[in-house]
Amino acid sequence: MIKSALSVLTVVAAIIGIWYLACIPMNMHEAVQQAERAGAEVTPAKAIDRLQMGGIALALKNPGLVGGAFGQERPRLPSPEQVAAELWKTTGAMAANGRAFSKRSLIFHGWITLSATLLGFVFGTGLGILLAVGIVHSRAMDMSVMPWAIASQTIPILALAPMIIVVLNSVGLQGLIPKAIISAYLSFFPVVVGMVKGLRAPDAMQLDLMRTYNATRAQTFWKLRLPASMPYLFASLKIGISASLIGAIVGELPTGAVRGLGARMLTGSYYGQTIQIWSALFAAAILAAVLVGLIGLIQRLTLKRMGIQA
Amino acid sequence: MNAAMKSIGLTLPGFVILSGLALSVADGSGWVGVVLALVATGLGWFVIRGLARHFSGAGWARLSAPIILGLLILVVWEVTVRAMQVPFVILPPPSAIAVKMSTSLPILWGDFVQTFVKGALTGYILGCGAAFLTAVAIDRSPFLQRGLLPVGNFVAALPIIGTAPILVMWFGFDWQSKAAVVVVMVFFPMLVNVVAGLQETTAMQRDLMHTYAASYRQTLFKLRLPAAMPFIFNGLKISSTLALIGAIVAEFFGSPIIGMGFRISTSVGQLALDMVWAEIVVAAIVGSAFYGILALIEKGVTFWHPSQRG
Repeated sequence: MIKSALSVLTVVAAIIGIWYLACIPMNMHEAVQQAERAGAEVTPAKAIDRLQMGGIALALKNPGLVGGAFGQERPRLPSPEQVAAELWKTTGAMAANGRAFSKRSLIFHGWITLSATLLGFVFGTGLGILLAVGIVHSRAMDMSVMPWAIASQTIPILALAPMIIVVLNSVGLQGLIPKAIISAYLSFFPVVVGMVKGLRAPDAMQLDLMRTYNATRAQTFWKLRLPASMPYLFASLKIGISASLIGAIVGELPTGAVRGLGARMLTGSYYGQTIQIWSALFAAAILAAVLVGLIGLIQRLTLKRMGIQA
Repeated sequence: MNAAMKSIGLTLPGFVILSGLALSVADGSGWVGVVLALVATGLGWFVIRGLARHFSGAGWARLSAPIILGLLILVVWEVTVRAMQVPFVILPPPSAIAVKMSTSLPILWGDFVQTFVKGALTGYILGCGAAFLTAVAIDRSPFLQRGLLPVGNFVAALPIIGTAPILVMWFGFDWQSKAAVVVVMVFFPMLVNVVAGLQETTAMQRDLMHTYAASYRQTLFKLRLPAAMPFIFNGLKISSTLALIGAIVAEFFGSPIIGMGFRISTSVGQLALDMVWAEIVVAAIVGSAFYGILALIEKGVTFWHPSQRG
């Protein structure tokens, strides 16, 4: 446990180190230009010569200016502490001022995205479970619907997002619902596939035992199939929730939305606010990690109570 | 057999005739057309049920059941849209989409080359190749494995798509930035799968190679890579859908005036929904074909695996 934690920490530290190093070549041109404007001596002196050089070569020619690659206002690659500072400025600091739900706060935007994610996730999961029950109990559905369910996973459904938004907008649906529909669609198929596998997990011996008890189909379902499918369900819920978060974020892009994490990324890319994009990206990553972790926790508690997993 | 023939022999012609009738009277017929289409659907469903009851073992029945379901959906869609005179901007009928596709083949082909061949495929090959090499490299170090795998699993669940605006900013609007998004998206799912696959061999098998005095290289190529193939193909298949999604969504953040994502977002803006649907059909075909080709190769390479021997 400690050993693996150590390895993970090392890898994370290495990634952060590489990130800091990468800032130098990425931001060097801007740093040299700013230094030149401030009247400093730079090599090569002509801007056109600098443009043709790589970032690393430029850093080697101007070792004194490397510090300027960090802490720029609009860097090509913001350094980790800039992103962390922006994250804190737009979450914790604003919450401390009692402005947690101001329009500039990531808590507000995160909440907008989270509500669409959760609504879509609940819809998608419910529908997925229902369809899986149908597929397991009806041969006709199994033969006709299941191939489409599998094929639909190969279709880039995310490309549909802008159309769904615009079409629903033209019938008068706005805001939460269209995004939730995209989320539901994305979280739907992992659940179907996982649940079909799970509901079929009981082997012939166990099904025969239920038959010797003269159990009805409903009893077999509630007492054998459903409990047996729980590990599969949670595995697909974890995939489903991160898929619905992605759906909610992408759903915010095409309307030029003004609210939500996806909108933060989009406005950031319009105005070259790289720090804003990165902080929205990390907020989304943290949100995904928390949601997946939460489902993992529920999974552990549930399976423990059911006696499946120690 | 006789009962089987009767059930399908009665329902199949009924389904065909009713569908034809519904299609021919559809235009502006209101509820009459819809009811006709629904009755046809019911009959079609009986065909599928008959197939499932009596021919569930036959290969042709397994193939035709999903096709019939697809036809059912197309008929209901076409008839309902035309009978209820649904506005074109909400949902165009399938026939209009087919016409649009046949009249704008050069555009669709250009978009396909730009988005799939240049963007998605380049990124897919680079990303999967890099992930494969990285996996083989870290396989030799248990420390890196323990550290990198949890991080890789974590990153694979993140909304990587959020890096699209950043990468578009770095690599410009053309296909290079789309390929970069695809590389980032496919890297971690592929890495996790290859690393898991390389651990697939048992101690007994490795000991056997040891008694043969096999070198690391020989063990890798003759035992461990072949054993890892099911996992590698799993990673390749997951990545194939991610690649297309990544390339299309990255175009929402800026692209030259060609490409599937560009066409979708601009056509939505012009309310030219038939064009949007045409692009979606192309994406669906490309996605399924890509996946299907990988599945075929997998069948040839991993013929020994239990899942392929059914």
